[in-house]
Amino acid sequence: MINYIITLFIMASIVFSIINGNISQLSQAILQASGSALKTAASLAGAMALWGGVMQVAEKSGLTNKIALLLKKPVSLLFPSISSESTAFKTICMNITANILGLGNAATPLGIKAMKHLNNCENKARNMAMLVVLNTSSIQLIPITVAALRMSHGSQTPWDCTFPIFIVSLLSVIAGCIMVSVLYMHGRKK
Amino acid sequence: MSLSDLLIPLIICLVFIYALIKKVDIFNVFIQGAKENLLIAVDLIPPLIILLTTIEMLSASGTISALSGLLSPLTQALGFPSECTSLALIRPISGSGALAVLESLFGDISPDSYAGRVASVLMGSSETTFYTIAVYYSAVRIKAESKVFVSSLTADFTCFVFSALIVRLFY
Repeated sequence: MINYIITLFIMASIVFSIINGNISQLSQAILQASGSALKTAASLAGAMALWGGVMQVAEKSGLTNKIALLLKKPVSLLFPSISSESTAFKTICMNITANILGLGNAATPLGIKAMKHLNNCENKARNMAMLVVLNTSSIQLIPITVAALRMSHGSQTPWDCTFPIFIVSLLSVIAGCIMVSVLYMHGRKK
Repeated sequence: MSLSDLLIPLIICLVFIYALIKKVDIFNVFIQGAKENLLIAVDLIPPLIILLTTIEMLSASGTISALSGLLSPLTQALGFPSECTSLALIRPISGSGALAVLESLFGDISPDSYAGRVASVLMGSSETTFYTIAVYYSAVRIKAESKVFVSSLTADFTCFVFSALIVRLFY
């Protein structure tokens, strides 16, 4: 799909630049973009590496597992049919923890593992939907990439979006979870 | 000084203190984790090059402003800055694409402006919905139901609406 999107974008930009008469800007943009792609990655790389290091320390010390334990209550609310002693439950807790801490590369394998566990449990359609919604609207505590990008573009307060991001992502998770509960409640009655 | 300025150093400090108590070799463990993420950052470069090129082309040709203009009745009704429309459209589809849009956006508007802040909040609070659904459901070889898409997109839509609202509330 991405192949079609890219080609379509390029075609559209050529058509529009002919209409707007700014073809020279278009050809300049091509040259500039590859350079700024490299700059973007460079400005992100440092912050990402820093966060990866800190979180690796948190993981080795067992801190992430402690945080996962804190999630027991809310997770059992969202997955009432899953026993809190099961591996499925524990994997879900760890998946959410990884998401909250911004450990993207750890979150996805954990999430996939949890999906496989849920596949063998009862009420799987609903529980899988719940897990996926939790991941598509993940709560974020430390918006490291956003802050790094803001700083590289001269923001005076690169971190000041942290709290708003936390609130908005929390609200969106709640909205998604309510939607799953409502949609699948109907299915259960049938 | 704001609370979020204190949050980051505090988290790093607490993580290290806890690791010291648990006798973790902080320095070497840190290096290992940092290296892992550095490799991820390097992997990000090639997709960013192609995506940022197409997005800069769209932006330079005026396609994005034409599209934003087309959608402006909707975004205006939501109080959503029209500069962020392209970010909202690409965010659920591609993560590196959204990063490229944000980068290009910050080139045009200040990250500390109203639209820049809305873009930051939007980027941070939402996820690559379609990609995530595809990865998770293909892992168990099940076709995702439409209910899953409805729920996830509800969450995304909540992000769009509230990111504009909260920025106006906070600043």
